[in-house]
Amino acid sequence: MTSKNKWLSTPYIVWSVVFIIVPLGMILYYGLTDATGAFTLDNITAIASAGHAKALRVSLFLSLVSTLVCFLLAYPLAMILARVQMKRHNFIILIFILPMWMNFLLRTLAWQTLLEKNGVINHVLTFLHLPTLKIINTPAAIVLGMVYNFLPFMVLPLYNSLAKIDINVINAARDLGANQFYTFIRIILPLSVPGIISGITMVFIPALTTFVISALLGGGKLLLIGDVIEQEFTRTSNWHLGSGLSMVLMIFIVINMILSAIFDKDGEGSML
Amino acid sequence: MKTVAKRIYIALIILFLYAPIGILMVLSFNESKTRAKWGGFTFKWYIALFQNEEILRALFNTLLIAFTSSLIATVIGTVACISMTGMKRRAKSILMGVTNIPMLNADIVTGISLMLLYISLGIRFGMGTILLSHITFNIPYVILSVMPRMRQINVSTYEAALDLGSSPIHAFFKVVFPDLLPGILSGFLMAFTMSLDDFIITHFTKGVGVDTLSTKIYTEIKKGIKPEMYALSSLIFVTVLTLLVLINLSPTDKKKAE
Repeated sequence: MTSKNKWLSTPYIVWSVVFIIVPLGMILYYGLTDATGAFTLDNITAIASAGHAKALRVSLFLSLVSTLVCFLLAYPLAMILARVQMKRHNFIILIFILPMWMNFLLRTLAWQTLLEKNGVINHVLTFLHLPTLKIINTPAAIVLGMVYNFLPFMVLPLYNSLAKIDINVINAARDLGANQFYTFIRIILPLSVPGIISGITMVFIPALTTFVISALLGGGKLLLIGDVIEQEFTRTSNWHLGSGLSMVLMIFIVINMILSAIFDKDGEGSML
Repeated sequence: MKTVAKRIYIALIILFLYAPIGILMVLSFNESKTRAKWGGFTFKWYIALFQNEEILRALFNTLLIAFTSSLIATVIGTVACISMTGMKRRAKSILMGVTNIPMLNADIVTGISLMLLYISLGIRFGMGTILLSHITFNIPYVILSVMPRMRQINVSTYEAALDLGSSPIHAFFKVVFPDLLPGILSGFLMAFTMSLDDFIITHFTKGVGVDTLSTKIYTEIKKGIKPEMYALSSLIFVTVLTLLVLINLSPTDKKKAE
């Protein structure tokens, strides 16, 4: 409230330095040194080796597809929800957060049961005399797993930014002769940009770096960059290489942070 | 016609989100041990659950960490929000930028960065390291839900309370705190949920022999998940659902809505 209260920020500043800034510095240190502690760029250039480059390419492709699918599913949904009365605001947010109370690994595993050759979905499809699905253990199943897990993180920012649009602005556009399509392109879409950027960030980064979904739904055939890094840390114990590869991932994270700093200055597109 | 289409669309998305949960609940009553086939209806996994000490210990760890970490994060986060109102614009935006890092950063990067920190500080891996990590990723959720409330607060009412002879702490709890409370509560709930559902960061910062439900499930995946796990998660889910329905139906809330 007043300058007297400035010392109140000390605990949080200390906490952020010790547990956010210093740990990131540790990654830089390990990523730029070898086992003897000498400076090297080998851990970073290792991304260019055939196996790692392929893992990064596959991860980028799958996460871009997942982000696009999430966006296409979530935008119409958020538009419908945004016109529901404000009274129900908390209820709507709860619907999308509630599934997280069931463990994420179990929920992803349940998709195996749904998607399997003799799984639930195929039973329903056979019953309806429709062709069966054969997507388990394919990249399509990984995309489905990503969309399933990260969809709420796209819906909530979009919903929050769309719900904030004053209905009078839309009515004014309509009164001034804009048709529905034009109103959408010129009014609704530009005003929801903070939500779009925040949604894309919240889906793309987790999808790019996930390391369990591919093992659970992709049959472990496809190695994503997250899987590679996880193995360097838990199995091969090559922390230097793992840190170097993480630094490559951090390039994408930093790009995302800059984008959200530019387009979402006031945190308007936040999840909450 | 259009509203019907809208409703069908919402229903399909909700079906998509909740279908796996339905499957897990059905599996918790499945007599057969494999997920692949239905062996008949049984309650035995629910009984077995309460005799399985490993699972109960993991549950205890999970709840203890979720509760403690979100409580501490709520205190640190709320205090940080209050202090930020007195800050210069530049300092404030730097601090908010740092706050956003754990949210925007990949969990795997946060996880390994904390793991490297604990290793170099020589901290022994265990419940303590999990707790520290969870507090770290929970604080941003608290700050982001308290901050909007903080902006709406009128400093004059607080100053008026001081002028009228109230001590700063008393004035804070009488005037400012009640307005912040909804934000604090939703921040706490969000932090609790995130802590409960976290796997990746716990995976990198837990010690050998210490397990939360997530990491326990992860090790079980290779051997086959014990059906008791399905029973436990169904119980947790139904409990939370019931609590939320009760809160939403509570008479005080209805009055307010009217």
